[in-house]
Parts: sequence; C-alpha cells; structure tokens
Amino acid sequence: MTSLLGHPAGGEGIGYSFSQPTAAPVKQHGFYPYTDNGGSTLGITGSDFAILAGDTRSTSGYNINSRMVPKVFKIGGDDETGEGAHIVLSVVGFAADGNALKERLDAVVKMYKYQHGKPMSVSACAQRLSTILYQKRFFPYYVTAILSGLDEEGKGALYSYDPVGSYEREQCRAAGAAASLIMPFLDNQVNFKNQYIPGSGEGHALEQKKAEPLPQATVEQLVRDAFTSAVERHIEVGDHLQMMIITRDGIQEVFHPLKKD
Amino acid sequence: MDHFPGTWGRPRNDVYGAYDPTYLQTTGPKTHTSSPAVTGTSVIGVKFNGGVVLATDNLASYGSLARFTDVKRLRVFGDNAVVGFGGDVSDMQYIDRLLESIDIRENYSTHGNMLNAKNLHTYLAKVFYKRRSEFNPLWNHVLVAGFDVDGKPFLSSADLLGTTFSAPHLATGFGAHLAVPILRRRFPEEMPIEEITREEAVSALKDCLKVLFYRDARSIDKYSIAVITKEGIDLKEDEQIEGQSWAFAERIRGYGRQTN
Amino acid sequence: MFRNNYDNDAVTFSPQGRIFQVEYAQEAVKQGSVVVGLVNKTHCVLVGLKRNAEELSSYQKKIIEIDSHMAIAIAGLASDARVLSNFMKQQSLGSKMTYGRPIPLDRIVGQIGDRAQTNTQHYGKRPYGVGLLVGGVDEAGPHLFEFQPSGLTHEMSACAIGARSQMARTYLERNLDKFMDCSRDELITHGLRALKETLSQDKELTVDNTSVGVVGMAAEGAKGRIESFKLYEGQETVPLLEALEQSESAGAGEGESMEVDS
Repeated sequence: MTSLLGHPAGGEGIGYSFSQPTAAPVKQHGFYPYTDNGGSTLGITGSDFAILAGDTRSTSGYNINSRMVPKVFKIGGDDETGEGAHIVLSVVGFAADGNALKERLDAVVKMYKYQHGKPMSVSACAQRLSTILYQKRFFPYYVTAILSGLDEEGKGALYSYDPVGSYEREQCRAAGAAASLIMPFLDNQVNFKNQYIPGSGEGHALEQKKAEPLPQATVEQLVRDAFTSAVERHIEVGDHLQMMIITRDGIQEVFHPLKKD
Repeated sequence: MDHFPGTWGRPRNDVYGAYDPTYLQTTGPKTHTSSPAVTGTSVIGVKFNGGVVLATDNLASYGSLARFTDVKRLRVFGDNAVVGFGGDVSDMQYIDRLLESIDIRENYSTHGNMLNAKNLHTYLAKVFYKRRSEFNPLWNHVLVAGFDVDGKPFLSSADLLGTTFSAPHLATGFGAHLAVPILRRRFPEEMPIEEITREEAVSALKDCLKVLFYRDARSIDKYSIAVITKEGIDLKEDEQIEGQSWAFAERIRGYGRQTN
Repeated sequence: MFRNNYDNDAVTFSPQGRIFQVEYAQEAVKQGSVVVGLVNKTHCVLVGLKRNAEELSSYQKKIIEIDSHMAIAIAGLASDARVLSNFMKQQSLGSKMTYGRPIPLDRIVGQIGDRAQTNTQHYGKRPYGVGLLVGGVDEAGPHLFEFQPSGLTHEMSACAIGARSQMARTYLERNLDKFMDCSRDELITHGLRALKETLSQDKELTVDNTSVGVVGMAAEGAKGRIESFKLYEGQETVPLLEALEQSESAGAGEGESMEVDS
C-alpha cells in the first residue's frame, strides 16, 4: 500500500509515519514461576528396610510459612490415608512443583495397579519418575526428589534424582537446603569414608573401613542426629522431623520435634 | 501541502513526532500479566474453637494511589467457606466469577453444594498452579477459611505460584511480617485451637488490622471481617478501625520535621 | 430373528416410538450373567455370578473397582464395560486431584449416563451393550445406581440385572424392609441369597463362581472415613458362603411359614 501512495523514501522532505509496523521488541517477562520453600530431606537404606525423612518447615525468604508442611509422601496408597502404599517419595525445593510431581506419580502408580492388577515395583516407579521429570526438561519441576521402598529381593532401595530426571540408586542421600551439611556426615557415618582400620598398615597407609548395611536403630539415630545438627546451622530447616520407615510390614510414619528457632 | 494525496491530512513527523507502530500491532507475542495493577494488601486469619475468622481491609491500590476505597476482598463460597484475596483485584474478580459458576454447577447435584473449604482450597491451588505453569499467573495470594471434611476448622493459603500451606494463624503480604508476630504472641503455636474463643480471635484480628493500618502504607482503616462457624458465615463489610492512637507518631525520628 | 425395518441404526425411531438398537442392547444385558447390588445405612454390597466360557477357561470378571470408594458390577459385554470403567477411573482420579475429594456417585453416574445417551443419538454409533450397578459411598452415605445402555440411570435400594435376574429382584422386593437396618455381614448374605435365587437347578454358588464386593462408611473409631472397597473372590468367599448356608438352614422354618402365610 505504501508504494501505491507514491510516498518517497525517507531522507528528503517532510517525514510521515507510513512504515509498516515492525515487529515489537520481544518483551522480557517479569514473572518468575519458581520459588524456594527451603527444607531438607534425607534417605538411608539398610538390608531389609529404608528410611526417608524430611523436616516440615516451609519458608519463603526469611518468613516461615508454616511449621507443618510434610515433604515425604506415600505413593500409590489405596485411599486418602495412604494405607496399602509401599513406595515413598520425598520432594524438596519448590513445594508447588513438588506437590504436582507427587500427585502425578501417585496417579501413575494407581493406574498401574488398576491396569495390571498388581502393585508397581520400586525400580519401575523409579524409572517412571525419571521420565516424568525429563518430560519437563525445558520447564523443570524445580525439586530434588528421592524415591524409596523395598526392591524385589526385599532389600532397602533408594533412588535420588536431579530436577530434570537423571537418577541413580544409592545407599544414602541428603537433598535440599542442608544437603551440603548432611551429605558429608552421611559419607562418613554410612559409607565409612575417611575411616580406617587401626593398625592395618604402616603410618597413614591404612586400610579403608568397609561399608556394610547398618541396623535400623542405628540408621534412625543417624537421621535424627543429621537433622538436629542441620537445624543448628541452617535457618530454613527446623520445626519437626518427619520419618517414613519402610519395612516388609508396611510403612511407619513418625514425627519428632526439632528446634523451632 | 505536497503533491501526494495519500499524505494529506496526515500528522507530520516534524510536528507530532514519528508514530510508534507497535501500538497498532495485532500480531506479535501474546502478552500475559507480568505485574499486578490494582492490588489489595494483607489478608489475615485465625482458627478458634468451632470456626475461623478472616479479615481484610477494603482498599484497592493502584501503585501507591489509594484508588478504590470500598472494595470487598472477602468472598463467600457456599454455606461455610470464605476466600480472602490479596493481590490483583481484577484477577480476584475473575476467580470470584469462577467460584460462582462452580457453586451454581455444584448446586445442581442431588445433595447441593458439598464442596467444603478444603476442597475449594485444593481447587484454587490447582488453578493458580496451572496458570503459573502457562506463564499467565493469577496475581493473588489468598486465604481460604471454613471447615474440612471432618468438620474441623480449616485455614489455608494459596498463592500465584500454586504454593500452599496451612497453619493455625496465617497472614499474607505485609501481614506476614506485622500480624503473624502479634497472633503468635496471643495464641502460641502449642496452644490448641480449642482454647481460643471467638471473641479473642476477632479482637486479635482487629488489633492486627490496626497495626497494619499504622504501618502498611497500602492499607486503609475500613475493613471486612468474616466469622465462619457451623451455623454459617457472619460477614461484616463496612467496619471501621476503632481506637486509633497516633501518639506514637510524635516520637518518630529520622524524617519529616524531626530529622534527628 | 425376524428382520425389522427400523433397527438399522440407533438414531431412528420406529413408528411406535421405539429405538430397536437400544432395545437390542438391553437384550445383551439380559444375556449377561446376573449381578446383584443392595445398600443399607452404612454399606453397599455388590455380588456377581461369574461365568466361564468353557470348562478350561478362566472366569469373566464381574466386579471392577473404580476407586477406593466405588465399584461397578457388570452384566453384558465385558469389553464395553471396560471402556466405561476406564472412563470412570479417569473421572474419579480427576476429581481427587482437582478438589481433593472422592467424586460423588450421582455425579459420575450422570456422566456415564450422558455418554451412553450420546451413543443413541449420533449416527454411526452404537449403544453400550452393558448394564452396570454402580455402588459406593460419598459424603451423603452409601449409594447404589443402576445404569442401562439407553443412558437411563436410577438410584436403587436394591437391584439385580442380567440373566434370570427377575428371581433375584423378587427376593429383594420381598425382603426390602430388612436391608436398611441389617448389619454389613447380613447385607452380604442377603445379596448372596438373592444371587442364589437366580441359579438353575443344577447350579451352586461356589468359591469359583462367586464374587462379592463391599464398600461402606468406616466403623466408629476406625482410621479414615470410609471402609475402602474390598473384593472377595476365590478362597476369600468361603466364610461368606458359609454364612449364607447357615442363614438358610436357620431361616428354613421361617421361610416355610412365610409360604403358608401367602
């Protein structure tokens, strides 16, 4: 149309605004869809059990939202109480994503049982969780997940994830705000890192103490110690400790008080 | 006047400046809310023995301008659920219409509207989360008050990101800083809500509103308060903060007339 | 079977105002083996008679759990029932997800009713060849609904559909006043007795062919609000069948006196 009007190109005479609308500059969005709700989680397995734990504090910035927002969930239970579940998931990071992730996995496990007439194995569930996370590779669920249960042989199984779905099976894992405080403690106390057998060699060339599965009572105490220590040094961790203890008899859920400061 | 009829009567750039064609743009990326426009400030709520109280002031601000001074920010859903809205007022009105349509649909069923406050909160959190995931947020932070399926008092929060949490007393926005400490002092967390009377809860919220009015520049001294019990909802929308004392202002130093 | 002019599709009325395809679909329900459902104040019980196509084959499933608060019993084309049950499962999970509540029964029954009706009004579609008994509990207590291929749904106190179900219905009608206040176990026995009425002379209720499903409100002091759906099949039905036998021997005299009365 512009050329039909015979309007001369700019540069001479009086200018008029006839130029075709140019594409508007792409506006940067002012909305950030994530937040960090703090908190920490921890899982340790034994030969015939697994424990998954987390604190129950929810924060935004320096505010405490609530002192009782659990991060550890039963997956695939028969009803609202979670009865009949044999898999446990913990999520820490952005709580809304965590909840969405939990509900999706829960629905998947329920549908699996409905369609196949048998409960989903922990290893299958672990693989599925990885897929769910990876499907949102470019708009991730901003959470660190830990999945736990008993494997086909009845041994404690624990899988840890990054937000986009890479995962591995481990003996123990800490995640969330105080992960960097708890994990070294676990390395030392569960995998016996830097522990040497006295008198097993010359000078400092000592033999490493070999890691072996710990008894349940020891692990429970380790978890509680890990959290009481984390609470001392991290402001986003505290209020209550929620523990899910998975054995062949089912899942036992217990709460312990933590410092509220 | 020039010899190009197409330019006759058109604004000249040397007089009016170049026209910015982006204003007429119909194509281009779809835009979403990236900041709220007209906003409401804090919502505060407390559970007590047999119910929940919720309160907001009646102001809708446009930036720092006190734009609308008679906006009801407590919305009733069904027989015993109330939603208190903070944040964008147009989004509040959208959600209100949404809830209205759900209420109507629900009432067609044989047993009437059976969605309780907890169901409502779950639903609202899902709506918020869905919209934030589409990068088109509903810019609100709400408190939902009422009862859960067992008939126990229920008070929970949901925000524009879909974050949810529940506690015996809650406050959004400025209230999280100013009201929560007051509420926590009156009703320590280990205190069971059965020991809190309705009168105590109401008077605590009134005091919180007063403190918020003193210190939150986006607040006003007209407020709404809703008491939700099994008997129903007692909603008052034209209340006035009583017993103000600005004596403390005399002692404020550091700006204005007393600079030190 | 004689040929009818107005039965080529499900969207054409006969001059008498009938839709033959829908009626034929209802015949499919009558061909299916019988299922019985009944409710009292706290529970809903579904019982079904399973059939095996031949001696060596497995028995066809009659009761399908939809969710912890709801199940369906089917009579007719099992594959059509599967479509409906998948749909119901989806809806139920959806309701749990969006509202955090178990879907009210009248709501979901309305939805499958609407779906079935659609099939009777669109060219190229066929009605579902299955009837359902939808049993479960929601906020308002236990419910039992009957669903027909026409899309018709009714809330029932007790109901039986499928082959020879008239015998069961007769039993249910005669004993209706006893159901409301009876116990959970008595309700199961009533269901089984109704089921037994439909059997032909040479048939028996066995652990192989009997299916029982129970769902109800939780007993006082129990964990959770509802007693989740439980399906009894195979050896689990032994105590239920024993209770049936006991009630029959106990009620034998009473039964005879009733005959005399009438």
